[in-house]
Amino acid sequence: MSAAALPNARPAQPRARGLLARLLCDPLGRLGLIMTVLILLMAVFAGTLAPVDPFKQDILGRLGGPSARHLLGTDQFGRDTLSRILYGYRASLGVAVGAVTIALLIGGTLGILAAYLGGWFDRVVMRVMDVLLAFPVILLAIGIVAVLGPGPANTALAIGVVYIPTFARLLRAPALVLKASEYVSAAQALGASDGRVIFRHILPNIVAVLLIQTSLALSTAILVEASLSFLGLGTRPPTPSLGLMLSEARTFLTLQPWPAVFSGLAILIASLGFNLLGDSLRDVLDPRLRGQE
Amino acid sequence: MLTYAARRLIDLLVILFGVSVLVFLMIRLIPGDAVQILLGANTEVTPEQIATLRHTLGLDQPVLVQYGGWLSGILRGNLGQSVWTGAPIGEEIMARLPVTLELTVIPLLLASALAIPLGILTASWRNSGVERALRFLTIAGITTPAFWLGTLFIYVAFLIAPRWATIGYVPFSTDPLGHLSRMVLPVIALALPLLAGLIRILRSSLLEVLGQDFIRTARSKGLSERRVLYRHALRNAMVPLLTVLGIQAGYLFGGAIVVEQVFAIPGFGRLIVGAINERNYALVQGSILVVTAGFVLINFLVDLLYAAVDPRVEYR
Repeated sequence: MSAAALPNARPAQPRARGLLARLLCDPLGRLGLIMTVLILLMAVFAGTLAPVDPFKQDILGRLGGPSARHLLGTDQFGRDTLSRILYGYRASLGVAVGAVTIALLIGGTLGILAAYLGGWFDRVVMRVMDVLLAFPVILLAIGIVAVLGPGPANTALAIGVVYIPTFARLLRAPALVLKASEYVSAAQALGASDGRVIFRHILPNIVAVLLIQTSLALSTAILVEASLSFLGLGTRPPTPSLGLMLSEARTFLTLQPWPAVFSGLAILIASLGFNLLGDSLRDVLDPRLRGQE
Repeated sequence: MLTYAARRLIDLLVILFGVSVLVFLMIRLIPGDAVQILLGANTEVTPEQIATLRHTLGLDQPVLVQYGGWLSGILRGNLGQSVWTGAPIGEEIMARLPVTLELTVIPLLLASALAIPLGILTASWRNSGVERALRFLTIAGITTPAFWLGTLFIYVAFLIAPRWATIGYVPFSTDPLGHLSRMVLPVIALALPLLAGLIRILRSSLLEVLGQDFIRTARSKGLSERRVLYRHALRNAMVPLLTVLGIQAGYLFGGAIVVEQVFAIPGFGRLIVGAINERNYALVQGSILVVTAGFVLINFLVDLLYAAVDPRVEYR
């Protein structure tokens, strides 16, 4: 804590250890971190953790409530809900992480370049970002999926495009400030190349805002992915996906509500975990931003 | 103020132009030949039919000419016809849009109205344990999928009153009571997550305002706590709330598209999902354009109002 508690006179590079320690001081940060780590582990090790094959049907055991054999019950084909949720996390997080990575790489690059190069490039890029921001989020994602067709890669791309402006704006602002700062001028005066200035001097100082926004974007990307799958525009059956599971569970809701309850809860837990983590990171890294959406 | 309005108007036109170009290009980005896709995998399609359709759609013209024709049609209020039924797209959209707008506007008003007293109430609780619980609850509220809440509501309604738990839709004009009773659950499902977000924003901005000098001045000149809160603090604390409402309306519209499916309400969501499944791209294009342009215009008007009301907004 001691080193980390020093006041931030200028945007300082967060030390990994200090950051983690400060995050763990906040109970909600602790909770968010535990939730996200567990969910990521579940997604990665779904194959090992799943008690039953998520595709295995058992007609006699269909629509079963929670039991010792099926902890979260079974669906209309007798498939194990817990196993399907674990695989659903893999599909949903795969799309969400892919989408945020696309947004981060493309949006981030555009934002930093716009700030660094300025002039007409900056104006054109930021106008295009304004245009993208004008679309209601889900509508833009729906439109892109409609063009590209369903499937995990296309869904990730569609959601990724939606978040490009967020990251472009996010990185442009601090890059502009840093560009005007003395130590970047000093680096340029020493003959550092544009690439070196961006990678060695500008990027490390933006890590904090980036971590916060990545976590929050993952939280909402999970919800958008679930919405698209729920509408039948994302992941297609029989691949387990949380939104799709919830959509299918509605057809037998009055006979067996548990699959609907658990699949929705799984979406909520994943989105909540990343949001708590992002919110706590924001408090820890930048107290001035507290409470902003 | 006038120069500010003029500048914002130019911004608006640029954005609308950009939106129209993007929506126009969408169809052209479909992998493969759009006409082939439109006609489907039907093997009985002759090359002549393809050529005819290409001509009727104007696809044999240069792209710029196509865009010009499309745009001038839209400006005259003609969004084109549905490829399958030949029905005017504008009419189809206008038939479905009001339903979804109802599911956007009512939750927005409801959540805003409830957020003000709840924001004031929660701002008076300053204990760190309560603060933490509130932070958790509001974040949980924001991340709760409205379509899941809606599904749970249907089940609970089914348990409590199976006869009363009807989903679906009847127009207000034919059966006002039936219309409203079917709208209650979807409206609550959409309003709750939004309410959580609004309480969070209002509470934090209220706490910030209450710590400022002019509040101390108001108190020290002997105003009642009530007057300080309502006349001085709340007014200023509302500003961040108003600024997010425009963005929230967009999210809410997206949420309404999904929640409609849960409650079998034939609104915009069903229209666009149906259009995608039928590969009716002109309808997909038209609906996205109409809704996005609508939101751009609303946000423009809100910006102007905001500038007129708040003297602190700079007219750069």
